[in-house]
Amino acid sequence: MPFGYVSPEQIMKDRADYARKGIARGRAVLVMTYADGILFVAENPSSALHKISEIYDRIAFAAVGKYNEFENLRVAGVRMADLRGYSYDRRDVTGRALANTYAQILGTIFSSGAEKPFEVEITVAEIGETPAEDQLYRLTYDGSVADEHGAVVMGGSAETIGTALREGHRDDIPLGEGLRLAVASIAAADGENDRTISASQLEVAVLDRTRPRRTFRRLADAQLEPLLAAQ
Amino acid sequence: MDISDRTTLPAAFFTAGNSSFSEFLADHAPDLLPGKRAQPFPGSTPIEAPHGTTIVGVTHTSGVILAGDRRATMGNVIAQRDIEKVFQADEFSVVGIAGTAGVAVELVRLFQVELEHYEKIEGITLSLEGKANRLSLLIRNNLPMAMQGLAVVPLFAGYDLEADSPATAGRIFSYDVTGGRYEEHSFHAVGSGSVFARGSLKKLYRDDFGEADAVLACLHALYDAADEDSATGGPDLTRRIYPVIMAITADGFRRLGDQEVATTTEQVVAERMNTPGGPNAPMR
Repeated sequence: MPFGYVSPEQIMKDRADYARKGIARGRAVLVMTYADGILFVAENPSSALHKISEIYDRIAFAAVGKYNEFENLRVAGVRMADLRGYSYDRRDVTGRALANTYAQILGTIFSSGAEKPFEVEITVAEIGETPAEDQLYRLTYDGSVADEHGAVVMGGSAETIGTALREGHRDDIPLGEGLRLAVASIAAADGENDRTISASQLEVAVLDRTRPRRTFRRLADAQLEPLLAAQ
Repeated sequence: MDISDRTTLPAAFFTAGNSSFSEFLADHAPDLLPGKRAQPFPGSTPIEAPHGTTIVGVTHTSGVILAGDRRATMGNVIAQRDIEKVFQADEFSVVGIAGTAGVAVELVRLFQVELEHYEKIEGITLSLEGKANRLSLLIRNNLPMAMQGLAVVPLFAGYDLEADSPATAGRIFSYDVTGGRYEEHSFHAVGSGSVFARGSLKKLYRDDFGEADAVLACLHALYDAADEDSATGGPDLTRRIYPVIMAITADGFRRLGDQEVATTTEQVVAERMNTPGGPNAPMR
């Protein structure tokens, strides 16, 4: 390690590499639009530690990377959303405001705040009244925000999974088909080991436009099995 | 202090181990809490009729019913004919409020967010007693305003998912202005008409009530309360304003629709045409 002067570019590159490596080590999370809203699929054998969570009536949070870091951000997001909804109105809580706040936090941590960057990548998803109004915001470790459409893949083997996913994806894909496509994309990225992923190894949730107020819903193993098994 | 102190959310947003929305507000935005805005008014007269209402709760074999009348009064004047005093708290609980309408509605709103906030942060809902305790704390924090006459007295009812059987799952909790919490059995009522409602229910209630019977008993109790208490409104058949009735069972919360309540209320009124005092309780 050089003991003397280290250029700012090198410092930033080192931090970025550190964060990227941490994120790539974890398992993938897929976010995609489907017929009734937005579908989230994560490879997550744990039933207690969630990668996908509800933030507000029409907003959800999905993350990869270091659990305690994104859990911290998740809780801050829920507090922010509830505070805004309480002091104004429930309809005044937007995914965009949340994504902007996360971008500020992550950016500050990356460039000046902390000893090490957060090894996290986050997607904030909001369903609108119509599919055209759905929003997907991807936030990376350095506070960059991207306004995505259709599908987002984060975590390990994201590129490979993303290619496979986008090949089969369309905005109005039915739930079962979307779920099977997601699982197939994850499995395919494994290369030769063509494994089957069972319901208990998945964490699946949706933002479902047809539900009255709180649109977020987790799909339990019992609901996943028939969807995975169908053709 | 450098720029990073101002470009990220305040520390209150990142506090670990706390799932309470009202405690977060106390830390970060205390002005938004209802109780904190009490100002001493030297020599002011207390506001009239702080508890003008009747809220009744009746448990039955598959859950619990909470019902409330629709009248808001300011002294002798009817301030509103169709005010709603019973609110859904979450999927398995409801709260009805007697007292100052403005403060009560704000408190209920905070309570609703408190319950949902906990569920989102923890990933699991509070136990029914946990919810009852949180409401207790909110009422306790309102004590300064209550002592100036802006009191709120709720009646809380819920379905206890951890109960041994559906017959014991419907539970009712009453409160006093200091936030003291008391579990009631079978039925209870709060408000200025509660004395009359409770007397009525004492004669009508049976242990084996199903949901429909419990609803009918609530309507009779509210009718009897309105009969004796000017601050409680009876059914307004001309304008079709009926009591608000909320039901909770194992399937969750349900507000009885206008048509459903209308039909049952019209039945009650029709019977009262013959027996104005309501159903007779056999003496032997």
